[in-house]
Amino acid sequence: MTPPPFQRLLDAHATDVLRFLVGAVGRNDAEDAFQETLLSALRAYPSLEHADNLRAWLFTIAHRKATDVHRARARRPVPVGVVEDRPAPEPDDGADWELVRGLPPRQRAVLTLRYAADLPHKDIAAILGCSEDASRRAAADGLNTLRKELVP
Amino acid sequence: MTRLAPPHVDPTAALARFAATAPADVVYAFVDSPVGRLLAAGTERGLACLGYEDVRGGSDPLLERLASELSPRMLHAPARLDDVRRELDEYFEGRRTAFELPLDFALTRPFARKILQATAGIPFGATSTYGKVAADAGSPGAARAAGGALGSNPIPIVVPCHRVLASNGTLHGYTGGLERKRHLLELEGVLTRSM
Repeated sequence: MTPPPFQRLLDAHATDVLRFLVGAVGRNDAEDAFQETLLSALRAYPSLEHADNLRAWLFTIAHRKATDVHRARARRPVPVGVVEDRPAPEPDDGADWELVRGLPPRQRAVLTLRYAADLPHKDIAAILGCSEDASRRAAADGLNTLRKELVP
Repeated sequence: MTRLAPPHVDPTAALARFAATAPADVVYAFVDSPVGRLLAAGTERGLACLGYEDVRGGSDPLLERLASELSPRMLHAPARLDDVRRELDEYFEGRRTAFELPLDFALTRPFARKILQATAGIPFGATSTYGKVAADAGSPGAARAAGGALGSNPIPIVVPCHRVLASNGTLHGYTGGLERKRHLLELEGVLTRSM
């Protein structure tokens, strides 16, 4: 059975993919990650095996790109005492997503997939390769940390 | 956690950038014309489909057919069909009598392809008949089969199946309805309004 036209995926999910990436990596890196996500998805599209849940499949790729961005940042040497190199503050993004980006990888991924892209824990678990319980736990842990940071 | 709201985004510009260059197998766009809105779809070889949007259930079934018969790697990419839009505009404004667009006959079977290629040779303002087109395509006597092939012409207007008439001179049939065939033949000066 042929998958639907690729454009239909974009019409249905592109906005949420971009929301997820802005939450996961910030506005400055989201555009590149978005382009790379769509490009990888388009290239893989005719041979995909998970046609039953195209939304989760697309977010699996977006999550991989977001992880790449975080790994690249971690490898980048952080200059000591040079504050000018920090990216400019990001507009209308709220302080919370920046805090989410500082959480451990799984909590960060679960919270962005759940609250920026509105994915159910069932799909998040499939994307991260963990159990639904683990996904819920990571969300709860992440939210707890955020509460402590938001209400000192 | 009321403050973990989805970030505000507008993907329009990013999607346009993606569609402009992404390696899709099929790019498509909608083109307005005096005979109705058309769905134009092209491959790297050329224009493969120019479908009247209001026949055979609308554009969704047509897009699905393109996905299954060409490739599902399809993008809505109007900028990549600028040539098609421009040549059609010129044709309908009476400034173009021949199309120079490269064509892709991937949606047709070999017999239909021969019939359509013979049809593509009928010049602006001229007409032929189903029998003559069949003979030109190397299948004399196959007028009825030629009619069938032309009835499912995936690239009407550009492959001018509207220029093929019954041997008694009547319009006979058209993929987009007889009213459109009449309109195109009037545009080309073959028919006058009084007919």
